[in-house]
Amino acid sequence: MGNREMEKAMDAYVPLELPMPKAVAIQKLLRRAARAATPYIMVAPAILTLCVFVVYPILYMVWLSAYRWDMIGPMVYVGFGNFAELFSNPDFYLVMGNTFKFMFLTVSVSIVLALLLAVYLKANTRVNALLRSFIFVPYVISMVSVAFIWAWLMNSEYGLLNFMLGKAGMSGVRWLEDAGVAMYSMIIVAVWKGLGYNVIILVSAMHAIPNQLYEAAALDNTRPLRAFFRITLPMISPTLFFLTLMNIIAAFKVFDQVALMTGGGPVNATNTLVFDIYQFGFKFYQLGYASAQGVLLMLLIAVCTAAYFGALSRRVHYGGGA
Amino acid sequence: MRVQMPAFRRASGGACRTAVNFLIFAVFFIPFYWMFLTAIKNLGQTLQTPPTFWVARAHWENFNRVFEAIPFFSMLKNNAIMTFGIMICQFFTVIPAAYAFARFKFKGGGFLFGLTLATMMIPAQLVFLPLFLMFSKMGMVNSYASLILPWATSPFAIFMLRQAFKQVPQELIEAAKLDNANEWKIIFKLMLPIARPTIITLGLITFILNWNDYFWPFVLTTDNTVRTLPVGITSLNIVDGGVKYHILMAGNLLLVAPVLVVFLFAQKQIIKAFTYMGGK
Repeated sequence: MGNREMEKAMDAYVPLELPMPKAVAIQKLLRRAARAATPYIMVAPAILTLCVFVVYPILYMVWLSAYRWDMIGPMVYVGFGNFAELFSNPDFYLVMGNTFKFMFLTVSVSIVLALLLAVYLKANTRVNALLRSFIFVPYVISMVSVAFIWAWLMNSEYGLLNFMLGKAGMSGVRWLEDAGVAMYSMIIVAVWKGLGYNVIILVSAMHAIPNQLYEAAALDNTRPLRAFFRITLPMISPTLFFLTLMNIIAAFKVFDQVALMTGGGPVNATNTLVFDIYQFGFKFYQLGYASAQGVLLMLLIAVCTAAYFGALSRRVHYGGGA
Repeated sequence: MRVQMPAFRRASGGACRTAVNFLIFAVFFIPFYWMFLTAIKNLGQTLQTPPTFWVARAHWENFNRVFEAIPFFSMLKNNAIMTFGIMICQFFTVIPAAYAFARFKFKGGGFLFGLTLATMMIPAQLVFLPLFLMFSKMGMVNSYASLILPWATSPFAIFMLRQAFKQVPQELIEAAKLDNANEWKIIFKLMLPIARPTIITLGLITFILNWNDYFWPFVLTTDNTVRTLPVGITSLNIVDGGVKYHILMAGNLLLVAPVLVVFLFAQKQIIKAFTYMGGK
């Protein structure tokens, strides 16, 4: 008999005895109330924190997006005016273009490279484990360090990269000053920093694949490439799918490396959404306009997440993953 | 399969592997080596072409220049206050919430758990503007509270710990209840020891992410008295009116070194922790 049933039985038993003294009855009532309140008390600190610091700010941002405000003067209600302004501003399209270019290239290059490296480093040898650790190091250090290390490597006059290009007989690249190149430099840095995370997650997903599948394939003389597409890829697809979502969201929120390496330049070539929000909010004090951009970022993240869970619920092959 | 491979193919495969291994090593090691080397060069050596790949005498005085340029140790202290403040707060908000979501059926529980999950995907970069306005209205910009409180709980940690708590067999809890243990006693005496690996894992992740964080302290503080190390290092970008890469790299080295040391000793746990984060 479960504890709860036993309690119930005892509760039922009590009235059969002599009438309870009032104090005891009240005490019992209080105890029951306390028991009912326990879960609420337990979740309260977390839920309150989330409400105050996540839910409320989001509502506040949505509300702000309908006003024109410079932080000092009065707030002027403009309805969807900020959005209208946003969509008629050519710079906004540039920023969105940059953001999507950064997102798409960073995510696709990261995932493809991580897949190749995961297959390559999958076997648990000492060398592989060491290399996996090496690839992982940039992930655990601050983006500040990564940005400065690469800014120095990419320095067009004294940087190591241009020196090596020169050694190879090629002319130097103005990695961060050339408007046609700077975005690709950003992507290189982002891929370099995040690669280790993607690799270890994929390796662990690959380790979870039952070995019999490969043994069966080997008996059929399946070529390794075919085994990869027919066994490895389908088996890790839930993980791959999740990883892609994480990478997309991480790419949409890119800020640190832009702020530290290029400041959005040259001529806005690396200006991305969060950096633009920061500039409109903290430099130009156009809080309504910045909030409208924030609302768009929220929609982007929401759409990606919803698409992920939507697709997930329709997938048959889930549960075998990591 | 490998046994059937002809000897020459095996040999060329081995050479190829060595070359690729070396390439991977180079791509991920050289940038760090270059940081270290630059940090102990002087200005002349830094700007020398062709660059030297070794220096005869290390210029440790670069680090003194770092300490002169920024209040390094007070920023280190701020970093520790922010990081451990967040970890302590999360300990007290996450554990009871995870326990309640795992073990109680209560009215509104499903809704509250859904709310928690919904906030999981929301990054700081989305809410920094309204949060900044909130804190500035309350006059709390440039305070430890504004650095810590927004991250005083973690939906991700609640979710992960809930899964761990759910795996504790019901009989153990029943037995504890028969011993007249109350809910809090059950959490601290029974659940926490069982869920220890999960808690350590979550702690490691929280530590690394917040220790390294640049974005939040950058947008929320303007004053060096509360600014953290990652933000402080960025002000080394310009020393004496120009970029002095040897000073910047020296500061950078000081920022990276503690994390690298921790990583060196706990790499297995750290890698496992982040693998676990990507699990589902």
